[in-house]
Amino acid sequence: MTGGVRVGDVRSALADASVIVCCGSGGVGKTTTAAVLGIELAAIGKRVVVVTIDPAKRLADALGVPGGLSNDPTQIDLHPPFAGDGAGAGDGAGQLWAMMLDTRATFDGLVRANAPSPEQAERILANSFYRNIAGALSGTQEYMAAERLHSLHADGRFDVVVVDTPPTRNALDFLDAPATLARFLDHPLFKLLMLPTRRGLKVLNVAAQPLLRTIGKVVGGEVLADAIAFFQAFDGMQTGFRRRADDVLTLLRSSTTRYVLVASPKLDTVDEARWFATKLSEQGLAVAALIVNRSTPSFPKPLGRRRKVDAQLWANLDELNATAAAERTQLHPLLADVGSAAPVAWVPLLPGDVHDLTGLRQIQALLFARATGSPAGQPVGA
Amino acid sequence: MPPKRLDPQEFLRTTRLVIVAGKGGVGKTTVTAVLARAATESGLRVLVVELDGKPALRTLVGDDITVLALSASAALAEYLNDHGLRRVAKRLASSGVIEVVSTAAPGIDDIVVLGKLKQLERIGDHDLIIVDGPAAGHAITFLMSARSLLDSVHAGPIHTQATEVREMLGDPARCQVVMVTLPETTPINELIETSFALEERVGVQLGPVVVNGFDDGPELEISDGAHPSLVAAAEFRSARRAMHRRELERLGELLAIEQIRLPHVVTPGLTEPDVRRLAGSLT
Repeated sequence: MTGGVRVGDVRSALADASVIVCCGSGGVGKTTTAAVLGIELAAIGKRVVVVTIDPAKRLADALGVPGGLSNDPTQIDLHPPFAGDGAGAGDGAGQLWAMMLDTRATFDGLVRANAPSPEQAERILANSFYRNIAGALSGTQEYMAAERLHSLHADGRFDVVVVDTPPTRNALDFLDAPATLARFLDHPLFKLLMLPTRRGLKVLNVAAQPLLRTIGKVVGGEVLADAIAFFQAFDGMQTGFRRRADDVLTLLRSSTTRYVLVASPKLDTVDEARWFATKLSEQGLAVAALIVNRSTPSFPKPLGRRRKVDAQLWANLDELNATAAAERTQLHPLLADVGSAAPVAWVPLLPGDVHDLTGLRQIQALLFARATGSPAGQPVGA
Repeated sequence: MPPKRLDPQEFLRTTRLVIVAGKGGVGKTTVTAVLARAATESGLRVLVVELDGKPALRTLVGDDITVLALSASAALAEYLNDHGLRRVAKRLASSGVIEVVSTAAPGIDDIVVLGKLKQLERIGDHDLIIVDGPAAGHAITFLMSARSLLDSVHAGPIHTQATEVREMLGDPARCQVVMVTLPETTPINELIETSFALEERVGVQLGPVVVNGFDDGPELEISDGAHPSLVAAAEFRSARRAMHRRELERLGELLAIEQIRLPHVVTPGLTEPDVRRLAGSLT
């Protein structure tokens, strides 16, 4: 059991969501979880789009998209729709779409939408400083994920957007991200560059700025010239960017946006999950559900005498149960923090890796207690 | 075909800087600690460097091994100081311009970190420096930074730095990369992709692959009349072990690199004694 923690129903916690954000550290199965949530919501009749930021082709393969996913949603073939369960098959209106976030393409779109003229947009897009920002500025990926989420949310084709966050501590910069870009544009360097001259013209004289001169010495003149050209081209677009950032933030704080915490029983991932939970609550946001992946199953201890011939089998069972118990201890603080307010679901460690739709459905069955008949929250085999 | 095996002790004496890399969750920090312990026990003077601010590393390696935390901003400030740009360093730091500078020339923060590692390697206070590498996915850009910067910065101190770092990365006697994986499909696929990219695009020598958490054990034979619960537990374990063996064999076929296998430890949270045991199992 889970140490007296109340276990609810993950499905009902998410049934009326319009946006679902999966957070957790790397390697806990966030992408897979996002896909499984998508499959489940499609099963109850929702039109779902799953956004992954994981560039590995694994999700595409698992969903049966041989060419890989792109920045535009691809509809996933779910036939037969939901073999074996029958539950929630409904009117069959459910759909599953998937896409992979392309930070660069999303940023380009944003620039095009905000630039006063196509020429200005092209000037920015061609600037090498811009290309570096679009790929490398910390927080850009998080912000673009939020941005994409916003546009998908507004897209009439979808009822629910499920997104997994980047596997870093910065993942929740996501929440601050809309502000990050605005902050970047408010940067002292930017102001310095755009300082009006006495004649009222925004002309920049690098040689007149000792700070810029020294920066140039360190990074090289061409690099600096690119940066300056970028800031000049960007001038006047900040307001549009900031307004958009506010809209994104409002969506992230909306009551139909739900945060799903994904963890595994390893000590470091438990710590990370608790850290995420704290971060969310600092932002006034609640964890809607906790999903514990890859927990070692435990097996009931047979009653009666231990036969000598079974010694090895007993040793194995004891070892697995000891691991499972140690994992429970490890997870306890997280369950105490989060599990009292949010439903918890367990997905046990599977004998193999998940790499196709069948595997995803197997997890779906475990997560939502289908087919197995065991209530959600009970580790299988316990 | 059994994958090639290698004497880990011998490997630890073939190079002076080992960068441990691998995707999140595979146990990079554990492997760093284990290699550091094994090298120390064999009499080498070891320095461990951590780049990600992971406090766990310090408790895993034990008190007798020095751990140095290295951050990009500190390394950049130090670099500028050393190059007579103390005033610039101060102004850059106080105005927050560093963020803009490193955006303008991505890789600049990576290159100063690598430059610092190169300096530590050159000073030679330690026989072996082991670096708990950058986070998932970042390893390639991190190690590529020298080459990329040489394309965009043609003169000046950063150029010099990048040239020297590239020399070090290209010399197996000075620097090698150890990739870490779990014996599972996805981590292995990503490891193979990264390994090829590192060899082709960075030109750095790959040391052995460390397979973390390999569940090896005797065949569990199911006796007549065994309780169904014992049978279920045995079948679960055997399936996991079979998958591990299958995946390691596949890794051996796809990547002609020696493997070091760390046994699966039955604990969700590793401690320093576990690290010592694992290091002992290397020899």
